[in-house]
Amino acid sequence: MNLFLDALNFLFDPANLTGTNSILSRLVDHLAYTGLSMAIALVIGLPLGLLVGHTGRGRNAVVAVSSAARALPTLGLIFLIILYTGLGVGPLIIVLVILAVPPLLAGAYSGLEAVNRQTIDAARAIGMTEWQILLKVEIPLAMPLIFGGIRSATLQVIATATIAGYVGLTGLGRFLIEGLALRDYKLALAGAILVIALALCVDAILALTGRLVVPHGVARGLARSTDKSDAPTPRLHGRVSSAPSNP
Amino acid sequence: MVWLWDNLDLVLGLTADHVRLSIIPIVVGFIVCIPFGWLANRYTAARTVLLTLGGVLFTIPSLALFVMLPAILGTRILDEANVVVALCIYAVAVMVRGAADAFASVSRDVISSSTAVGFSAVSRFWTVEFPLAGPVLLASLRVVSVSTVSLLSVGSLIGVQSLGYLFVNGYQRDFPEEIVIGIGFTVLVAVVFDTVLVLLGRLLMPWTRRAPRRRAVTAIAAEVTA
Repeated sequence: MNLFLDALNFLFDPANLTGTNSILSRLVDHLAYTGLSMAIALVIGLPLGLLVGHTGRGRNAVVAVSSAARALPTLGLIFLIILYTGLGVGPLIIVLVILAVPPLLAGAYSGLEAVNRQTIDAARAIGMTEWQILLKVEIPLAMPLIFGGIRSATLQVIATATIAGYVGLTGLGRFLIEGLALRDYKLALAGAILVIALALCVDAILALTGRLVVPHGVARGLARSTDKSDAPTPRLHGRVSSAPSNP
Repeated sequence: MVWLWDNLDLVLGLTADHVRLSIIPIVVGFIVCIPFGWLANRYTAARTVLLTLGGVLFTIPSLALFVMLPAILGTRILDEANVVVALCIYAVAVMVRGAADAFASVSRDVISSSTAVGFSAVSRFWTVEFPLAGPVLLASLRVVSVSTVSLLSVGSLIGVQSLGYLFVNGYQRDFPEEIVIGIGFTVLVAVVFDTVLVLLGRLLMPWTRRAPRRRAVTAIAAEVTA
């Protein structure tokens, strides 16, 4: 427990809170890396995922990309790209975008895929255009999964931005990496606590935002589908119904 | 490629370490998720607690967890146990949700029928519910297997031997080829594990061999919610 006390002493020492290389400035850097790369990844990933989900074209490519991305070791990818492009914020952002796009694609695609086909046919039958079907039927119904993708992409980016400290950039991971390099466990532990606190806070904020962006009717439907009546329709609470499949 | 032949012993040794260290969390995740998954599927309160806890644990960035564990477990910072325990935590966090879904995917009619023909609760679980939950369990286990193999390499930042050593070493020596070989072997380990799991699934669950092609969506959805 002494270790934790030492780490907390470091965290609450006013000298470490502000100024250059302080907790505050590194927190701002960490959030800036995360925000910038998520903004770029959203612009690339969401429209593409929605397109694939709506048209059904290119689904094999999406499946291949998202499973390949899961198998690729992040650490190796970062080091490799940085060796080729040189140190700097740019290369880090590129890596973070590469990591964030697959979960966004997967969320948007599987969200639309999980929407009941009969609902879409009904929307088409009453005369909705394709855009109306996408914007007014598919996206609202797919919102839990789309947002799930955004949430896991953001957390992945925050976790990976921690490694930025290793390649000479700042961010909260820098304390952790410095602590390891200097064999100063107190500093490393303080860094770890900061990173964990950031991840949990952002996750909590995203969870609350999720409640706001998921339409009430959809959320109520989810609540109902958690009681275990054998509903033949796909259960939407965050995942696609898993009919016995051949994995 | 010359580098690979010259250092084949090193690479194969690291691959062996990688395989050894990543098998443990996969096995632990699979065993531990069964009772927890059953509880989460059976009781709504247990479901809320377990899935929330799993979600929170899974949110913790891996490097931070590796560094945090020595202070909690009393291990040394370079101890392999830190990384293995952290990966077990992630594996269980993902698998409990997967197992709860898996048990929920078993048709209630089948459960009622097996009760009606006289199965006791225990034998019904092991001979009816557990096998029928198998395909969905396997889908989660494959996600866990791939992400464990990939995450293990981060442990090399705190000095735990795995294929991740090639990343750190290649970066420090400014030698991209070593990193590429490290990535290649890591992906190879992941693919071999995945293939073994799929083959085990076919062997143990022969009835799934001619199932429709829904697996892609299941796998993606498992990833999104992971």
